[in-house]
This record gives sequence, structure tokens and C-alpha cells, in this order.
Amino acid sequence: MLKIEGLHAGYGGFEVLRDVSIEVGAGETVAVLGPNGAGKSTLLKVIAGLLKPSSGAIHFENRRIDGKAPYEIVEMGISLVPEGGRLFPELTVYSNLMMGSFNKRTRRYFKDSLEEVASLFPIIKQRKNQVAGLMSGGERQMVAIARALMSRPKLLMLDEPSSGLAPKIVASIFEFVKEIKDRGYSVLMVEQTVKKAVNVADHIYLLESGRVEFHGKKEDFLENPKIKRSYLGI
Amino acid sequence: MKQIKNLKRGILLFLLALLIVWPFLFQSKYLLHILILIFIWSYVTTVWSYMGRFGLVSLGHGAFFGIGVYTTAILFNLHHVSPWLGMFVGGLVAAAIAVVLGYGCFKFGVIGHYFAIATLVLSEISTLVIIALRDALQTGGRLGLTIRSVGTSPLYLQFDNKMYFYFLALALLLLALFIWKKIDESKAQMALKAVGEDEEAALSLGIDVVKYKTAVFALSAFLTAVGGTVYVQFTMFADPTTCTGVGLSLGIVFKAIIGGMYTLWGPTIGSLLIVILEEYTRLFLGSAYVSYSHIIYGLLIIVLIRFLPKGLHGTVSEIFQGRRKREAKTLLAGRQLAENRD
Repeated sequence: MLKIEGLHAGYGGFEVLRDVSIEVGAGETVAVLGPNGAGKSTLLKVIAGLLKPSSGAIHFENRRIDGKAPYEIVEMGISLVPEGGRLFPELTVYSNLMMGSFNKRTRRYFKDSLEEVASLFPIIKQRKNQVAGLMSGGERQMVAIARALMSRPKLLMLDEPSSGLAPKIVASIFEFVKEIKDRGYSVLMVEQTVKKAVNVADHIYLLESGRVEFHGKKEDFLENPKIKRSYLGI
Repeated sequence: MKQIKNLKRGILLFLLALLIVWPFLFQSKYLLHILILIFIWSYVTTVWSYMGRFGLVSLGHGAFFGIGVYTTAILFNLHHVSPWLGMFVGGLVAAAIAVVLGYGCFKFGVIGHYFAIATLVLSEISTLVIIALRDALQTGGRLGLTIRSVGTSPLYLQFDNKMYFYFLALALLLLALFIWKKIDESKAQMALKAVGEDEEAALSLGIDVVKYKTAVFALSAFLTAVGGTVYVQFTMFADPTTCTGVGLSLGIVFKAIIGGMYTLWGPTIGSLLIVILEEYTRLFLGSAYVSYSHIIYGLLIIVLIRFLPKGLHGTVSEIFQGRRKREAKTLLAGRQLAENRD
């Protein structure tokens, strides 16, 4: 579904991603793990079109998408939940969700999308008229994911959904990710909390200083002795 | 709530009626002149706020105003083209420049302060161009130019009686307020609001940020140039300091900040105050102290930005309808406290 080949990208002359190749199959959940500064968020930004790659190719459903504008990429069915959710703080939950289905393809399905998303996150019905800036971190993250789903994506990208949240809330966020996955969405997730992310993922990529250091199935990841030592603390 | 709304509507209708009969009741030419200036600057400031309220701060509107002024003046003086046509030509030129500059800036991430600086440069360039074209297009350079008088001629937008300009300027202001309302109801308003709050989030939701920002910039530039045309037909004289450049651009921004750029009436109230202030200092301190008004409104700006960042009207209307917001703020503070404790 999503295929990235030999991707290089960075800011100015500084290269953050070096020769990154990643694949996400339809209905799959892929986790990209790695320490701070490995280039995880940059990777998602490049896919979403927020940052232009310096070389390499990105294909989505056999169409080349690198170099396309962000709104075109959303039209095609890729949606990004930025780190920290990035809700519009002064808009209500409802308006935030409305902005989620702003693009042409999904605007007319707004009501249906809302119902669908509300069945996943009942909280958005209760809090419809609340100003988003007044919600707690966990609630904001949920609404952010809901907002991204409002654009009816085929691929949902999550940038550190657990960042800045209490452990209990992190657990519930991953429950939601699991449910989203069960509903048939493909998910590309970037994370630092390795164990929880590995649990919901089918495939794992390990990114270190902009390079893919490991990729494989969940089982191989858990069995790899080097990874065990440095990432799982076993 | 509904009563308040009706009361407000009543007051507005009364004010409008008063403004319409004003020139017939009072013969003072001076007051009429001041009112016309207030209308024109309110119009330009309102139009500026179309983008200012979404965080798109342009310091280049002096240039667009100047384009309106000089395009009309030159077309008429040299080629005898009616200012009605000149108004559209000027507007289109201004809009074209806004599209090129805006698209270029927004496409390549020149936003926020950097965008403000880019437009500031445009203001400066406009002055230089007018001076450079002193002979080629008879702009008169620093000395200014005078519009050839043809007496009263509706076809050439010239009237000996100020009353015509009074109604023209009032109509323009009403048009600007009407368009503000229309923008508020459009889906562009949602998009722009989202962009103003968090541009990257808006981008990642698939909002064509560049398109909406460029469009509102072009609209604002077009209408500003139209204001320039009316202004120069009214004063019949143009020079680079009063009709274009950085000073004028900043003047527009200050008016918007003082009145409040986030509310429909804010720009009008800001312009009202500044024009009165300028007149007052000019009259009572005399022409020797002409720049005193600038010192006073410089100080005003500092005080207002510090204490009333939403401007006079913005803050006052917030106090009136703001109980909900204040409660929200306490809630937010409480929640942050709780989060910190965790």
C-alpha cells in the first residue's frame, strides 16, 4: 500500500533521513521505533507532504506521492496525527472534527464520518461543544485521532501518540489503536514506548540516526539479542 | 440575549440613519471632511483585517493603497481614462502583486514575521518606484501630483461637493463590513481560522493553506487599492508619503490593533479614534508639533498591546459576552494546576 524507497530528507543542508526504505501493507500496523532524534517524526512529515524529500520515492497505492502538496496527499487517503495532537485550541471539539473532513473527497460524508468516529470515541459526543484547549492531554489525543479519521483515510499515521501522557492513559490510547486496526485501517505509527507499540504492531522498523537498523516481524524483533539488550532491557 | 441583539441592531440602524441624514442636517464642511477620512480609513483598515485577524500580518497595504492612487491618477492625467476604470485596473494590479508575492511566500514557508517583513519591503519599493517614475509616468516624485480638475463630473469621479464622496466612502465601508460577514459565513473562514491557530496542523488535515491565504491576500489588496482610488479622487493630490510606503502601512496596522482586528467593528473604531486623535493634536498643538500625534499613538500602541491585545472593541465586547470565556480560563488554570500536581 505504502512503499518508501531510498528516502533521503532533512532540514537545510542537514540530513535527517538516510536511505530509508519502509513498506506498509494494506490492513497492516507498522511501528517505527527509535530514540529521540532518529528521524521518526521527519519520516511522517515527508510522507504527509509537509517536508520535501531530497531524494528517493514514495508510492501510495501505486501512485507516486512524494513532492505532492499536503492537501493532495490527504485527498488520496493518508492522514497524519501530529505529535501532541495539535488540535485547534480555540475551536470546539465539533469544529475541530469538521476541519478533519474539510477536504473535497470527504466533506459530504461529514455526518456519516462523525457517527463512525463517535462509535469509536464516545467522548466526542459528550464533549462536542467544549473548547479543545480545555481538554486533558489524553482527551486531546483521542480527539486528534478522531479528527484524522474524519478525513476517511486508508492509512492513518500517528506521531508518538503516547507522548506526554500518563501510563494509564497511554495504555488506553493503544487500546484505541488496536481497535482502529481491527476496523481495517492501515496504521503507521512512530513511537518511543517500545513495548506497548510492539504489542499492537505487525511489523517493526528500528530507526537510528536516520537509518533503518532493523526491520522485521514482531517476533524477530523481540528475539533479536541486540535489541533485547538496548531497547527491551532484558 | 435576544433583547440585547435587538437593541444592538436598533442602535446600529439609528447610527446608520443618522450618518445618512448628517450632511443634510449639518453644513460644516470640516466635519464632513473628517467623516470622509474616517470612512475611508475604516474601510481600508477593515479590509486589512480580513487577513490580519487570521494572523496574516501585512505591512504592505500602503503599497496596495498607493497602487490604487497612482494607477488611477496616471491613467487619468496621461490617458484620460475614467477613474471608475482606473479603480479596477489599480485593484487588479494590486491583486496580481498580492498573488505573486503571497503565493511565493506561502508556498515556500515564508510565514509569520517573515511574511510581514516581505510585505514591508513591498511598501518601501512602492515609494521608490513612484519616485523613480517621476518623469517617465509623471508621478511627480516626492513633490506629488495633482489630478487634473474637470469640475463636477460623475463620469470622471470628480465632485466639487464633498457630499458625494461622503456617501461613496460610507458605501465602501458598508461594503467592507458586508464582505467581512460573508467571509465569516464561508468555509474559507473555517480554513483560515484553523491556519491562524496552527498552520502545520491545518496543513496535515488537508487544507490547501496556500490557496486560502493567497486568495484572502489578493481580495484584501484589491479592495485596498479601490480605497486608494476613492481617496485620491477626494483629495485630488497624491504624494508618496501620504499615499503609499511604510508609514501608511503601519498607520493601517496601528488602527487595526487599537480598535481590535478580530471583531467586525474593531477596525472602524480604531480608525475613528486615530483620525480624531490626529486631528486633535494637529489643531491644538499646531503644525509645529505635527509628529506629536505619532508619539501619542506610539505610546497608545504600547499600552494597548500590553494590556488589551485584542484591541479596544475586542476587549470591550469580550467583557460583555465574556462570562463563558472567563469561566473557561479559570477551568483551564485549574486543570493545568491539577496536571502539574500529577
